[in-house]
Amino acid sequence: MNPVRKQRLFVVLAVLAGLAVAVGLAVYALRQNINLFYTPQQIVNGEAPVGAKMRVGGLVEDGSVQRDPDTLDVVFTVTDGKGSFAIHYQGILPDLFREGQGVVANGTLVSRDRFEADEVLAKHDETYMPPEVQDALEKAGHPGSKPGAKEEDAGYPKGDYD
Amino acid sequence: MWKTIKRWYHQLGSPRYFYRFCEAVLPWLVPVSLALLAVGLIWGLVYAPVERYQGDSYRIIYIHVPASSGALMGYIAMGVAGLVALVWRMKMAEVMLKALAPFGAALAAVSLLTGALWGKPTWGTYWQWDARMTSMLILLFLYLGIMALQNAIRDPRQAARAAALLAVVGVINVVIVKYSVEWLNTLHQGATLKVVGESSIDASMKWPLLISMAGLWLLYAANVLIRARTEVLSRERRSGWVRRLVRDEEA
Repeated sequence: MNPVRKQRLFVVLAVLAGLAVAVGLAVYALRQNINLFYTPQQIVNGEAPVGAKMRVGGLVEDGSVQRDPDTLDVVFTVTDGKGSFAIHYQGILPDLFREGQGVVANGTLVSRDRFEADEVLAKHDETYMPPEVQDALEKAGHPGSKPGAKEEDAGYPKGDYD
Repeated sequence: MWKTIKRWYHQLGSPRYFYRFCEAVLPWLVPVSLALLAVGLIWGLVYAPVERYQGDSYRIIYIHVPASSGALMGYIAMGVAGLVALVWRMKMAEVMLKALAPFGAALAAVSLLTGALWGKPTWGTYWQWDARMTSMLILLFLYLGIMALQNAIRDPRQAARAAALLAVVGVINVVIVKYSVEWLNTLHQGATLKVVGESSIDASMKWPLLISMAGLWLLYAANVLIRARTEVLSRERRSGWVRRLVRDEEA
C-alpha cells in the first residue's frame, strides 16, 4: 500500500478505535443510568435507593398475582431467582402481562420488599410461536412451552449485574 | 478469492464500468426484489399463523425487522464506503456514500414508527428511553446528519469527506444498537433470528420473515444502484463516455 494511504488508514482506524474506547467507557460508567431498570437482585443487595423514583424489572412469579375483587388494585411478586419483592399497582395491566413473563414497572421503592408502581409494562421475549405449536409442545411436556420455564428465554436480560 | 474481490473493486471503482454494471443488474434486481417483498409480506401479513400471546399484532415484525436490519446494514455499508473514501479517495465510494443514505434513513424511521405502534399493545407504551430505542433514534439522526452534511457543503469532494468521517465514526452506534439488548437491561427483547444456532421463532412464521428481509434488502440495493447511477452521470457529465451515451440516446 502506498505510504500516504497507509498513514491515512492508520489515522482513521486510530480515531475510530479511540472513539470506540471513549464510548465504551462512557456507556460502562453510565451503565446504571442507561439500564432501563433495576433487577430484583440489585434491590435485595441494596443497590437501589429506597424512596426514589425508579424502574424495576423481573419475572412475575407463578401464582403470585392477587387482584382485589372490588378495585383495580393488584399485587404480584417479581423475581429473578436471586431475589424477589412485591409490586403494588392500581390500574389496568397490559395485555401481555401474565405469570412467568417479564415486566418493567415504573414507580417508587417504598422498602426493600415493596414497590409501588405507577405504570407496569410487559416485556415480550424473543420467542414467536403459533398457539397450535404451543399446545403441541405442552402435550409433549416440553419445558420450552411454558413461559418463564427457562429464565433466559423469558425476555429476561442475561449477564451479571454488579 | 482475494484476486476476484480486488478485480471487482477496481472495476466497480471505474464510473463507466459501474454504469454498465447497473444497466446489466437493475432490470432483474428491481423485479426480483419487489416479487420477494410481495411474497414475504402477503405471506406474513395474511397467511402466517397468529402468535400465541400477541395475536395479530405481532405481524408488524414482517415490516419492523426487515426495515431495522436494512437500516443497520445500510449504515455498515456507509461506514465501509466512508473508510474507502477517506483512505483511498475513491470517487465511487463517495458516490455510494451519498446513494446509501436516503433509503437507509427512511428504513430507520419506519423501524422506529412500527416499533412504537407494536410497543403500545405489547408493552403498554409507545416509547421508553431504553438503550435499544435510543440508539436506533441516534442511528436515524446519524443518517439525517450525513445527508445534511452532503448537502451543506457545495464542493462534492469536500462534502463527501466530511460525510465519510461521520459515517465511519457512527459505525460505533451500530454496535451499540446490536448489543444493547444483551449488555444492558432494556425493554426491547433480544434477537429472535440468529445467524448461529436455532432461531426462537416457529418455522411457519420465520420463512415469510426471511423472504421479506431478502426482498427489502434487494430493494434497498436496487435503490442505491439507481441513485448512484444518476450521481455518476451527473458527476461525469463532461466526460467522453457520458457525452456519447447522451448522443446515442438522442439519436
